[in-house]
Amino acid sequence: MDQSAEQFAIRVSGLVVGFGRRVVIDHLTLDVRRGEILGLVGASGGGKSVLMRTIIGLIPRQGGEIEVMGTGIGSTFDRRTQAAAGRWGVLFQQGALFSSLTARQNIQFPLRENLALSDALLDEIATAKLEMVGLTPEDGDKFPSELSGGMTKRVALARALALDPAIVFLDEPTSGLDPIAAGDFDTLIKTLQKTLGLTVFMVTHDLASLNTVCDRVAALADGKIVAIGPMRDLLRSEHPWVRAYFHGKRSLMLQPKAS
Amino acid sequence: MATAPQLTATSAGDVLELRPSGSWIAANGSDLETLSNAVMPQLEQAKSLKMDMRGVSELDTLGAWLLEKLSRRAASHDHPIEIIGISENNAGLIEEIRQVNRHNPPPPRPRNPIVTKVEEIGRSAWGSSEDVGVFLQMLGSLCVALLGIVRKPRSLRLTSLVYQLYRVGWQAIPIILLITFLIGAIIAQQGIFHFRKFGADSYVVDMVGILVLRELGVLIVAIMVAGRSGSAYTAELGSMKMREEIDALSTMGLDPVVVLILPRVLALVAALPILTFIGSMAALYGGGLVAWFYGGMGPSIFIARLHDAVSVTHFEVGMIKAPFMALVIGIVACSEGLRVKGSAESLGKQTTTSVVKSIFLVIVLDGLFAVFFASIGM
Repeated sequence: MDQSAEQFAIRVSGLVVGFGRRVVIDHLTLDVRRGEILGLVGASGGGKSVLMRTIIGLIPRQGGEIEVMGTGIGSTFDRRTQAAAGRWGVLFQQGALFSSLTARQNIQFPLRENLALSDALLDEIATAKLEMVGLTPEDGDKFPSELSGGMTKRVALARALALDPAIVFLDEPTSGLDPIAAGDFDTLIKTLQKTLGLTVFMVTHDLASLNTVCDRVAALADGKIVAIGPMRDLLRSEHPWVRAYFHGKRSLMLQPKAS
Repeated sequence: MATAPQLTATSAGDVLELRPSGSWIAANGSDLETLSNAVMPQLEQAKSLKMDMRGVSELDTLGAWLLEKLSRRAASHDHPIEIIGISENNAGLIEEIRQVNRHNPPPPRPRNPIVTKVEEIGRSAWGSSEDVGVFLQMLGSLCVALLGIVRKPRSLRLTSLVYQLYRVGWQAIPIILLITFLIGAIIAQQGIFHFRKFGADSYVVDMVGILVLRELGVLIVAIMVAGRSGSAYTAELGSMKMREEIDALSTMGLDPVVVLILPRVLALVAALPILTFIGSMAALYGGGLVAWFYGGMGPSIFIARLHDAVSVTHFEVGMIKAPFMALVIGIVACSEGLRVKGSAESLGKQTTTSVVKSIFLVIVLDGLFAVFFASIGM
């Protein structure tokens, strides 16, 4: 394993993704360092989710290279992608919990499929994960249809973390949560990242989470990463879209008080 | 890099020293479980526990939990525990794991199996009476919706009705034609084969004619429609229920029965008699072809005999049943669709229930009609 693979969790270079004649991702290059929380912002419909889904191998790409933890990801769902899948967890926007399984069974599912563990240990691990994401063991017996929006996200996060992946992909983890729940979720992600040494790739529109939890923020516009760096660097960016995003009415709270 | 995990246990007097080493990560999960279970008996005997974690190269939640479980087992006997050599990277994780699984939910109370069985029987008996209630409720709200249409004809969803007619009527014609044609042909062939033994093969026309027009035509078509369109109705309404589309309609002040269910049921009621007619004709055609090529009875003789054998009454008996069967299929399909809960599994369950129940009810209804027509002499 060479130096770059040690340093970077995800390396994307020259990525091109399109549907029909419409190019969504146009020669995009992005490196995610190990152990960091990277926030990805971009316009709605601008390809943020497409980028995330391409990295995890759900959408075929037209060109470019993707490397996750030193493993090249195939353009379709092949064996290499499957092997890499053990090393990442994905939190989908709507949770994507299996509706016919209880919360506990949802968390146990990846463990049960990948490891040969006793039922007692599976229960203990699932309860441990539930408590780590701030739920009670009793919540584990509920079905996804009985969970609130915030609880669904927490269970989905617990499922994403079931196999202790090196990377978690979060697709708008705080959307649809109230500010308190969203703040708790941010803290949770930060804590888990510290304790488990996770790399977090987070697609988000939540300015507060960008400001508080993200080590670096990448801005996606016109199919490219137009700015990347810590939040204060992005606030100084001259790119028109980035300026509009961070200097709009809703972003005033991010501005330093002095200016 | 991942190395095989190990757990060396050395007992010195009453002190058990555990030295885990290697990768204590989920990928080695089953090995880890075996390892930690293996030292449990020694742990029971020891008076105090010393854990040296210096050899652990990688640790994740699963590994940390197994080690925590060992130390908790010792702690439950009030034995002194000493853990050394926790690396800086893992300290946070181990601290986190110490907090979890502290209180276990009380195990569900064991229940008397006989009581459970009795309760199950009671519940399903109650459930079937509930089914009747749901059916009547749907019938009632359809009647109310229909009254509303009579008072205000503009409120009928004509586009939706025509579209549903196209789907359950027009698009069903090919498969209905094929199935009923084959059924008619098979009946004729069997009839000729067996009636020939006692020289009554010309009576096969009576059998095909009466059987198809009175019973089989409408029954086969109704069963086909229940399987084809009833299941589609249930699945559509069920997934709309799951995605809160039906709730959205209600909040806009629209009645889901008027908007979604009435056009579907009306389309079915209108389409089924037409399909029955087409089906019956196809079955007679099939029977006629077999009589010609297999039984040697020419078309003109077949038609002449058919003319003598069947009266308009037989045809009427078949056709009268069709709209009622359509109503039953439509009500069952729509009310089952609205009973879908949040999960994908319940969608499947409700669709199955819908098809099974509507076919069952269609056959029961056919029996009731047979009794009714016999008593009025049709």
